[in-house]
Amino acid sequence: MGKKFVGEPIPRVEDHRLITGRSQYVDDIVRPRMVYAAILRSIYAHARLKAVNVEKARQAPGVIAVFTGADVREAIGPVPVASRLPDLKIPKHPVLALEKVHYVGEPIAVVVAGDRYLARDAVDMIEVEYEPLEAVVDPERAIAEGAPIVHEEFGTNVAFVWRLSGGDIERAFREADVVVSQRMVNQRLIPVAMEPRGVVAEYLPGEGQLTVWTSTQIPHLLRTQLATMLGLAENRLRVIAPEVGGGFGSKLNVYAEEALVGYLAMRLGRPVKWIETRRENFLSTTHGRGQIAEVEAAVKRDGTVLGLRYKIIQDLGAYHQLLTPAIPTLTGLMATGPYKIPNLHVQIVGAFTNKMATDAYRGAGRPEATYWLERMMDRIAGELGLDPVQVRMRNFPQPEEFPFPTASGLAYDSGNYHQALRRAMELVGYEKLRQEQQQLRQQGRYLGIGISTYVEICALGPSPALPAGGWESATVRVEPTGKVTVLTGASPHGQGQETAFAQIVADELGVELADVRVIHGDTAIVQYGIGTFGSRATAVGGTAVYGALQKVKEKATHLAAHLLGEENVANVAFEDGHFFLKDNPERRMTFHEVALAAYLAKNLPPGVEPGLEATYFFEPSNFTFPFGAHIAVVEVDPETGDVQFRRYVAVDDCGRVLNPLLVDGQVHGGIVQSLGQALLEEAVYDESGQLVTGELTEYAIPKATDVPWLETDRTETPSPVNPLGIKGVGEAGTIAATPAIVNAVLDALAPFGVQHLDMPLRPEKIWRAIRGA
Amino acid sequence: MGRTIEVTINGLLYRHDVEPRLLLVHYLRDVIGLTGTHIGCETSLCGACTVLFNGAAVKSCTLFAVQADGAEITTIEGLAENGQLHPIQEGFWMKHGLQCGYCTPGMILAAHQLLSRSPDPSEEEIRRGIEGNLCRCTGYQHIIEAIRYAAEKIRVTREGGARSK
Amino acid sequence: MIPTAFEYFRPANLSEALALLEQYKDEAKLLAGGHSLIPLMKLRLAQPQYVIDLGGVKELSYIRESGEHLLIGAMTRHVDVETSEMLRQRCPLLAETAHRIGDVQVRNMGTIGGSLAHADPAADYPAAILALGAELRAVSTKGERWIRAEDFFVDMLTTALQPGEILVEVKVPALGPRTGTAYVKVAQKASGFALCGVAVVLAVDPNGVCQDVAVGITGIAPKAYRARAVEEALRGRALDASVIANASAKATEGIDPLEDLHASAEYRAHLARVWCRRAIEQARESV
Repeated sequence: MGKKFVGEPIPRVEDHRLITGRSQYVDDIVRPRMVYAAILRSIYAHARLKAVNVEKARQAPGVIAVFTGADVREAIGPVPVASRLPDLKIPKHPVLALEKVHYVGEPIAVVVAGDRYLARDAVDMIEVEYEPLEAVVDPERAIAEGAPIVHEEFGTNVAFVWRLSGGDIERAFREADVVVSQRMVNQRLIPVAMEPRGVVAEYLPGEGQLTVWTSTQIPHLLRTQLATMLGLAENRLRVIAPEVGGGFGSKLNVYAEEALVGYLAMRLGRPVKWIETRRENFLSTTHGRGQIAEVEAAVKRDGTVLGLRYKIIQDLGAYHQLLTPAIPTLTGLMATGPYKIPNLHVQIVGAFTNKMATDAYRGAGRPEATYWLERMMDRIAGELGLDPVQVRMRNFPQPEEFPFPTASGLAYDSGNYHQALRRAMELVGYEKLRQEQQQLRQQGRYLGIGISTYVEICALGPSPALPAGGWESATVRVEPTGKVTVLTGASPHGQGQETAFAQIVADELGVELADVRVIHGDTAIVQYGIGTFGSRATAVGGTAVYGALQKVKEKATHLAAHLLGEENVANVAFEDGHFFLKDNPERRMTFHEVALAAYLAKNLPPGVEPGLEATYFFEPSNFTFPFGAHIAVVEVDPETGDVQFRRYVAVDDCGRVLNPLLVDGQVHGGIVQSLGQALLEEAVYDESGQLVTGELTEYAIPKATDVPWLETDRTETPSPVNPLGIKGVGEAGTIAATPAIVNAVLDALAPFGVQHLDMPLRPEKIWRAIRGA
Repeated sequence: MGRTIEVTINGLLYRHDVEPRLLLVHYLRDVIGLTGTHIGCETSLCGACTVLFNGAAVKSCTLFAVQADGAEITTIEGLAENGQLHPIQEGFWMKHGLQCGYCTPGMILAAHQLLSRSPDPSEEEIRRGIEGNLCRCTGYQHIIEAIRYAAEKIRVTREGGARSK
Repeated sequence: MIPTAFEYFRPANLSEALALLEQYKDEAKLLAGGHSLIPLMKLRLAQPQYVIDLGGVKELSYIRESGEHLLIGAMTRHVDVETSEMLRQRCPLLAETAHRIGDVQVRNMGTIGGSLAHADPAADYPAAILALGAELRAVSTKGERWIRAEDFFVDMLTTALQPGEILVEVKVPALGPRTGTAYVKVAQKASGFALCGVAVVLAVDPNGVCQDVAVGITGIAPKAYRARAVEEALRGRALDASVIANASAKATEGIDPLEDLHASAEYRAHLARVWCRRAIEQARESV
């Protein structure tokens, strides 16, 4: 069959509405008689609520209603957590605070008014009497003796201790020539999707149906959870993810406001809109990362790593959001990275603190793993006097060793790690750069070359490994006119699956891209699905589309054989939109004709149902494991500590590529978020638990002027896990780039004897390190 | 305390009584219904709300609607003419200069300002020209390519037009 | 995101504006470009009862020559300062400083008068205004007066403007012969404001001896300041590298640097010294 679309850099089909300003995000939705909600949030990180007086607010102009925690505690169930670790402590998480507040930004009361200005005014009229309590902000302090307790009922801030072992770690350390150890911090980050969260809810009492439009990555999972929280039948609840302005994991959740606004719509009998401000977004949308690790490596003199021991503390924040405790376990699973390291021990302690919850943020646990290990590889190289490349090459598994079993219990699907690193070195001119580095050092200039080789766990994932199923669904519906509608359970919000899936359909059915429409994000239209996260939408969701297409093609072929008067279905071929007899190609029908015949149903084979559509639920047999090598080249100004990029080279292998434009876009965006973590970003709470970086004026995400030109290239090792060979690419850049950049800066600082600095590597920190050297 | 304003938006004249504190961005979105202009922060940093105000790119979250009395405003909805995408819109499409699309209208109008002052900008000039617009998806590289594409297209169209005269 | 309610006035000329200000005094805020005031109002850190919009006072928007001086109306937008051919020729420091402010959208709306009157300790203009020895004309219903730049900045967010006074004009000298200027800036990465900004005006004789120099520094202290000790260490000396380095080492003499999340006091002082040196070198190159 002539393939026209898969593999080509096709401009996106979803773009027209976005570049003309005609797409619909939550705040663009207006319903008749709609009213506006605004939320009063805690100004203390830890306090008892003595009184919440809403009388003045109730009397304020335009105000329709005001509710506190006490008003809604019976009506709305707790905010859920889906991860189940052994002995996990799960605090009660009401949608509006009851006796205590546990972090700055925790919702206390909600005002509903006729317009958003009046709702905001009335928030200022609510009087809260707090009894401030000592807050605990630092996760290490939180689990030490005598710390203030976030949730008194537990008597401890330790929410869980999770361990993972493989091989014989004690033996590895006995047999080591050298032990290299390093304490490192992977700082708390704020995702900052450009569209803050927002919810519109409308209740139709006649039908008993609640519709919730919300900026989410997981409309179906959210529907199930909201139904429970609100005591509604799941088939009376419709969740719609309209255009979603970025998520990065921060909208892979079930938030208090989603249930609260739904409740308000039912209670007040009017549509209600709530739109998060950026300040609220900083305070009360999930944060990411927030790990502290002590890592020890047992190493032979030649650079062979025998074993790794990790002691990790995860800063959880005050409550569990949907996947809070599960995220660091991904760090554990990926703790041996792209290397043959047979012995592993990981211990992760989850610590409650008086801060917003951490949860998935692009990469979700894997950037931490890659950062720990890639920093360690450079530390090992430094200790042993080896080139960082040498240490990595020595520990890679060979291509023929795949599927490659890890000490953490995974089986990497396919890979050629040497090839990716060699390609990156070739592109950047590694040997020449090392010479230049030497020459520049003579002149007092400090060039740094940083390498990161990574493998990530993607296409999440087999259902047993995920709290709520790891499959994905698709329906392919061929309309009577031959147009094709795809309903996907994935919920893309920028990744471009409307295009990627249309490419698959167009090639498989021989139709044009314009004939295909991909619909997602509406639980009343689309069959149950899981959603978009974990670099899964194309690898798992795309495979579901492919599976549904095979079913459609099979039926259409059967029907075409019948219509062509051919008894042997195997003699019917389908190419370029035509069915024909292999031994008599003149006997042919168009795909459109067959589609129409399926609906007219005048002449169907016996036992064949009318219509032409199929639904396929794809359950992957394994995760996929994309990999690659990134090299950053920087120069450090020794006088100011300023870091300037010279080059950035990325070689990624995400399996088979459906659309190189989309893949490049994902890689670029990921690298730049990573650059943010390496150099700029950090969620800073002061000792009393106030978020100091609570606005874009204080929390720096990368601007166009902070970013170097990115040179990207690929190797292509198909995954055997799905028929399209796709691995996934949504998070690769975010996972790979952070350590590449940090390694580059520390390589530049090597002449000063600086072995490690914690991120973000702001100029002052570098300047101090140089000065202290 | 309402005040009457007359504003020309995308070539149409509007007349409304507005409260002085009504932000221009809320006027455009909630009163006029032009929701292509987005809101991404409250500190005038993200640029999602960028519109052209008497030809100059401004952040419409940092103006009151009353200040727009008598002004001419172009929003993203007004950029395409006769259903024909503006070369910048076309560049964003062809070069995959957007992902989630939320920053895109503001980014396109900032690019419009840049190209009107500097028709053949260098990479550095483009980066500076859009530093008031934050994008969390693209890493900016495809946006830079989109703006270069548009610059080239505008140049070719102009030279083609000159030749045909 | 949503300001508190206020009453709005849009005077058509300066005398109307002065009358309104006289009437409402402290309860009124002047709205110039709005890029300092409106964000504060949206965060409800400013809640004025009355807002007097100077946008209609067209008489305050101009750049013109007056003998050896240049006059800039207070409502002149940053973009117009940045791109003014007259300023580029005759006072490039001011144009260069305007070019470094915020981003293009901010420069399209923000005004020189609004920025100066707000007196943000990390704003760009004050460094240049000080280095240029500018004079600022303030007008009230009772009359007018000229304020020297150095007297204008009193403290963080505080100027010498009295209640009822409006800053209407900035007067800067045209570039003299054998004079070089520079504005260098280290931006706070999130806000784009100056962690450290140094403006230099430097006159040298044909032998490379410093005849006169003025250094204005912003971002370091609660208010922008003239680095007098640096200037004294340069004046009358041949500007070799060590003279410049030694002089720059005095960039924060007598100053108590600010400290915040983005830079400690110690690092700010260090930046001031390093960038002072680099600015002087750059100004020397541009003579």
